[in-house]
Amino acid sequence: MNKRLFVLLSALIIASMVLTACGGGSGSAAKTIKIATQSPLSGDMSVVGVDIKRGAEMGLEQMGAALTEMGFKVELAPFDDQGNPDTGVANAKQIVSDPAILCVVGHYNSGVQIPSSEEYHNAGLANVSPANTNPKVTTRGYLEVNRIVGRDDVQGVVGADFAFEQGMTSAFVVHDKTAYGQGIAEFFRQEAEAKGMKVLGFEGTEEKANFDALLSPILAANPDVVYFGGMYGQAAILFKQAREKGYMGMFLSDDGFDSSDAAKIGGQALLDGKGTYYSTVSGPASVYPGTAKFITDFKTKYSSDPQPFAAQGYDSAGICLKAIEAAAKAKNGEMPTRGEVAQAIRALKDYPGITGTITFNSIGDPVVAKYFVIKVGSTDPALWPTNPIDQTLDIAPPAP
Amino acid sequence: MKRFFKSINVRELLLPLGQLIMFSLGSAVVLSAIVLVLALMLDKTAIGMAVTERFNASLFTYTLINLPQVLIDGLTIGFVYAAVALGYTMVYGVLEFINFAHSEIFAVGAFVGVEILIALETAGVLSRVSLGMAFGILILAIFAGMFAAGALAVTVERVAYRPLRGAPRLVPLISAIGVSFLLQDLIRLVEGLTTGQFNRIFPTFGNFDERLIFGEVGLGATTITMGISIKSIIVIVGAVLMLVGLNYLVNATKVGKAIRAVAQDRPTASLMGIDVNRIISLTFLVGGLLGGAAGVLYALKFTRIDPFVGFFPGLKAFTAAVMGGIGNLTGALLGGIVLGMLETFAGSYMGVFTMGAAGTEYKDIFAFTILILVLIFRPQGLMGENVSQKA
Repeated sequence: MNKRLFVLLSALIIASMVLTACGGGSGSAAKTIKIATQSPLSGDMSVVGVDIKRGAEMGLEQMGAALTEMGFKVELAPFDDQGNPDTGVANAKQIVSDPAILCVVGHYNSGVQIPSSEEYHNAGLANVSPANTNPKVTTRGYLEVNRIVGRDDVQGVVGADFAFEQGMTSAFVVHDKTAYGQGIAEFFRQEAEAKGMKVLGFEGTEEKANFDALLSPILAANPDVVYFGGMYGQAAILFKQAREKGYMGMFLSDDGFDSSDAAKIGGQALLDGKGTYYSTVSGPASVYPGTAKFITDFKTKYSSDPQPFAAQGYDSAGICLKAIEAAAKAKNGEMPTRGEVAQAIRALKDYPGITGTITFNSIGDPVVAKYFVIKVGSTDPALWPTNPIDQTLDIAPPAP
Repeated sequence: MKRFFKSINVRELLLPLGQLIMFSLGSAVVLSAIVLVLALMLDKTAIGMAVTERFNASLFTYTLINLPQVLIDGLTIGFVYAAVALGYTMVYGVLEFINFAHSEIFAVGAFVGVEILIALETAGVLSRVSLGMAFGILILAIFAGMFAAGALAVTVERVAYRPLRGAPRLVPLISAIGVSFLLQDLIRLVEGLTTGQFNRIFPTFGNFDERLIFGEVGLGATTITMGISIKSIIVIVGAVLMLVGLNYLVNATKVGKAIRAVAQDRPTASLMGIDVNRIISLTFLVGGLLGGAAGVLYALKFTRIDPFVGFFPGLKAFTAAVMGGIGNLTGALLGGIVLGMLETFAGSYMGVFTMGAAGTEYKDIFAFTILILVLIFRPQGLMGENVSQKA
């Protein structure tokens, strides 16, 4: 009995091995190319993270045709980095071990992108970032890493200049202790001090709920403007609690604040006093000339308005596809290597994206990036994309 | 009716109230004295100069003017810690083990309360309620959170702790940590599946966000408004009611006597005709009720909750329970108030006293340093004498 079972099992195992071998054979014939996305799909920042993925997904659907005609099968491989550096790096290891992945659209948080991209760099895998603004993303000079948005050493300066132009003479700076939040807060402080504004405090906090203790020195200092470097989840609660304690000055934050959830959390507190402003590298999708079709398509497909950075996700995926196509054409329709794709991305000239015409400089920054200062105009999250834009600036990145 | 009032033991109602006031005033006076003396000492040094330059006022004035707000904030969070700490300390009293799942019971209470309010908001009820109704709805949400948390606490005890009753003490502790993780991920799963995201926002309704203003004080070039928000008052009143109610239950009722008997000596209590299992379930129920209500109050005060919301308040409440003397109800009250005060004082003044070198982010250092000092010099906790009664 036992012997028969053994024979049966061995036969099954052999059969399954043969079948797997066949499966592998037929798969390679289809020449699958995958584009990975990494963004927070769960947790605090998922509202924006999910839409980065959706943008890339739509990019693949609408612009994947050129590669399909060349006989490739194009797939999206979405990963959830949870806004957490450890998860991002673990995902990155998984991504580089899949040879079909030729390009990564990725990361919402600079603090996640920076360690994760070390893995991409080691594997020679191209990364186009739709949202990361910390200077270090590109200043490491990696061939593989590019971004299509501006930088915090410009964005922080834009924020400080804006506050100065509004007649603010003193500021209290708070940040979330991440590479992104602390980074931009430092740039804000430097510029504010250079302009002659008084910086009354510079505090980092990981607190998510109870800001009472932090607010005491802020209220005592009563600055003209409270600047927060970090994400909306913390910023909106800090602002709300500050208003509840009677602070009536201006709130100013960065592109991490740009999410309709900020209005949901902060509510009326954001409109009271001198109001709430944020600088960003990604205006509402409607300000870009090429996005009208994108917005309608997005609404039809996902039945919601695109969050900030969704259009950037679309463009990042488009750049990946265009570069893969160029690299494949150069090899007469052969599957390109990762290195060839990375070089092809850097070599793209005037890519016609929906958020602007994109050309990368020698370290992967766009040669000109757009910066906006936007005012929160309504407590209704549905009206977030209609927040009035106060300033639009085109600024080149600092020389590499 | 008259007999009912006569049967109330007024002394047991007033005593804990007196204790609460005494602890609050005591810790307020001690901590205020410390910061004021520090401020006087440092006034003429570089630190004082830096403050004078920034605020146009001496360090002493700065400290004094900020004091009322700091005291109110400290008291509010202190009462929340105390309410949660009671859950830890009661379970420790009867079972001599630390129920690490209590922080998740707190979180479940918060989630149930907030989800009900969000459902009402989506249904459009919240936007058109009168002020009285708003308070009614809030109380409803608090009760819902309480009962969900209480039921959960009893279930957890029945499923995860009772089968391990005779096992070595480490075993239920591990089980508790396991339950804690399980519940955290369950909240995440349920919220993720039903709402798509698991950080929830306490809806804005009623007048809870408004502030009662006491007056304005000038500080150099600026003025500071002093006041207390309605929700802080709700949190304080709610917590005080619960704490007094619990003290009454334990010290002045028959059931309370049974709880104390089980805590003192389980086998003897059962020989006296006390159903020990029922009393233990009851203890978990009461702890859960308090934890759940504290959860909703916490959400009201601080707006945002996520599945891990219980972790830090839980840890701090546990610390408070240990500081006060674990197993001792009065100790938990004292520990909670002292810890909340310490934390807020440290957070508010550290930045100024260190010239910005060590800001608010280091506030927990103080609370835990004090904990270590208490444990070194008084291992039984500040009020831990009762523990020695145990066999």
